[in-house]
Amino acid sequence: MDQYYLNYLDELESEAIFILREVAAQFKNPVILFSGGKDSIVVTHLARKAFYPAKFPFALMHVDTGHNFPETIQFRDDLIESLGARLIVGSVQESIDQGRVQEEKGKFATRNALQITTLLDAIASNKIDCAIGGGRRDEEKARAKERFFSHRDDFGQWDPKNQRPELWNLFNGKHFEGEHFRAFPISNWTEMDVWNYILREDIAIPSLYFAHERDVVWRNNSWIPDSEYLIKEEGEEIVRKKIRFRTLGDITITGGIESDADTLEKIALEVSAMRQTERGNRSDDKRSETAMEDRKKQGYF
Amino acid sequence: MEINNNQLLRFTTAGSVDDGKSTLIGRLLYDSKSIFEDQLEAIESTSQKKGHEGVDLALFTDGLRDEREQGITIDVAYRYFTTPKRKFIIADTPGHIQYTRNMVTGASTANAAIILIDARHGVIEQTKRHSFIASLLQIPHVIVCVNKMDLVDYSETVFNDIVKQYQAILSKMTIKDVRFIPISALKGDNVVNRSENMTWHQGAPLLHTLETLHIGSDINKIDTRFPVQTVIRPQSKEFIDYRGYAGRLESGILRVGDEVVVLPSGFSSKVKTIDQMGKNLQEAFAPMSIAVQLEDDIDISRGDMIVRKKNQPEKVQEFDAMLCWLGNDAYQDRTKFIIRHTSNEQTAMIKEVTYKVDVNTLDRFKEDISMGMNDICRVKIKTAAPVMIDEYRDNRSTGSFILINPNTNETVAAGMII
Repeated sequence: MDQYYLNYLDELESEAIFILREVAAQFKNPVILFSGGKDSIVVTHLARKAFYPAKFPFALMHVDTGHNFPETIQFRDDLIESLGARLIVGSVQESIDQGRVQEEKGKFATRNALQITTLLDAIASNKIDCAIGGGRRDEEKARAKERFFSHRDDFGQWDPKNQRPELWNLFNGKHFEGEHFRAFPISNWTEMDVWNYILREDIAIPSLYFAHERDVVWRNNSWIPDSEYLIKEEGEEIVRKKIRFRTLGDITITGGIESDADTLEKIALEVSAMRQTERGNRSDDKRSETAMEDRKKQGYF
Repeated sequence: MEINNNQLLRFTTAGSVDDGKSTLIGRLLYDSKSIFEDQLEAIESTSQKKGHEGVDLALFTDGLRDEREQGITIDVAYRYFTTPKRKFIIADTPGHIQYTRNMVTGASTANAAIILIDARHGVIEQTKRHSFIASLLQIPHVIVCVNKMDLVDYSETVFNDIVKQYQAILSKMTIKDVRFIPISALKGDNVVNRSENMTWHQGAPLLHTLETLHIGSDINKIDTRFPVQTVIRPQSKEFIDYRGYAGRLESGILRVGDEVVVLPSGFSSKVKTIDQMGKNLQEAFAPMSIAVQLEDDIDISRGDMIVRKKNQPEKVQEFDAMLCWLGNDAYQDRTKFIIRHTSNEQTAMIKEVTYKVDVNTLDRFKEDISMGMNDICRVKIKTAAPVMIDEYRDNRSTGSFILINPNTNETVAAGMII
């Protein structure tokens, strides 16, 4: 009988596909939250497989802070075209222009927190009842408590202490008008699993993940890319380094690491030897011990 | 780089902070080098702030603000670690009686349960509760870790006495595979490395046990059950006639050419193709997510189940089950629920509450059978239309269900079919 077992990557894939099919079956208007990062790319890849040979069933929703890597936007547009999927863009700049949110002030200002309002507005105005995300439980301690199907009240808020019990593979996506769900098909994957899967499936990812030369400044223990949005501090010096990014977020807050890994194989090897968590290079998580939990409660990804 | 063929093992840990459960998980993660430097730094600085000596391994498992402040586990938290032999998912659940529902949640998908006993206290009420839940949820393997052996001078007699006490309570349960390991999570004895303080113990340390447990038979590979999740109909020129029934094979094996029956309708056909995202397979086995085409054009939709003609589940509208009440509000007589069983949803009622189990003593009560949060009762369920069931002990997928209150949309109960 022992030939009939799945290896861990096949089992994780099967689980994710099961979740994606549940989402399609239980919700009227689900979307994939697409950031251009590897996790949402993997979720998109899984969704394509889950419904093959039918047309890609979800729209992709991108919350655009305006502070993007140009490579990410190019990648997004190419992917949308190859999928034949619909793109919904929620613009933080528009939220600012409409007075829905105010830009943070000071030299550490980012648009990270502002995304919450834009995201919730886009969910409401497009009547989205389920937003599928690439969140993983190994990323962060608040995410370790996240369900596969995660209920949000009509304020878009997450109540971590009163979550629906989730047993076996029975997922309850029932909700009232105005409420929505977040679904996390790759909850049980680790960063290493994601890279091994990208490698196995040969999934295209933005060039930013591969080692490349770039102008950067040293800040908060990582290399922050130079861009038109960067406010240089006194004593900071722009240098040219061979770096790559482990996660992709806003260009203002995503720090790179020095690396020579320019192929998927080399990246997977490098990640397996890493001694720092990937979010260690994200200044949005460094604001406090419970930074992620606080943002998630309000409706963050 | 080669991708290995390692299996995934899911295990649950039940216990309270006092048992050293968090320390044990911290130890497993720490000694298997699954903790990153920045996590370690954060924990070191918190340990210092709290005035603890050294690194408090228990802090690795704290998540939410309230948990950090109160030093307790409120909800199931999932942890991950990998060794060269396996990938592990830990469902870390709180052990207090008011969190029975979280224990049940963590246990529902587990291959193995680690039950912690404090060597100084032996088998206590909580041990029985955890074991009962492991038995009720039919976790295939139970590993009893007698912890804090360092505080009883690593005494073989103490360990043997506790093993005897535990075997006495086992008679009331149905646990297939039980092992005992004397450990000290704090000092690291028999967790990852073999203890030099307990050379009298011949068995393997905990991690090695987890790495080598035979989990190949944990999933039922005999009874083929394929609940249909959704129907894939491309309606494109290239796949004009394609009609694939998508779902996960919950148990058993399915092959092209198999004679199958679609339930509840009872129409029979043959498996024409098995597709796995563009790949054509000759056979599939649980728990693969696949799409199946049949030779005949039959009306099949979500909630139906495809099974082998010669091996069918029961098609019933009434059945007995053990029910764990999860809802904040107590059960009210004659409430109409939505029952969710595989991908099938029907209206259901609890026809009778037969008895209630005291999860600490395992005694059964026929009086005072009100059902509130964390109560476990035997019930009779009646459904408005047929459901296709197996006994839970034979099949964890087709033997389990949840009840949803349609007025609140909340999941209020989890059931195991008898």
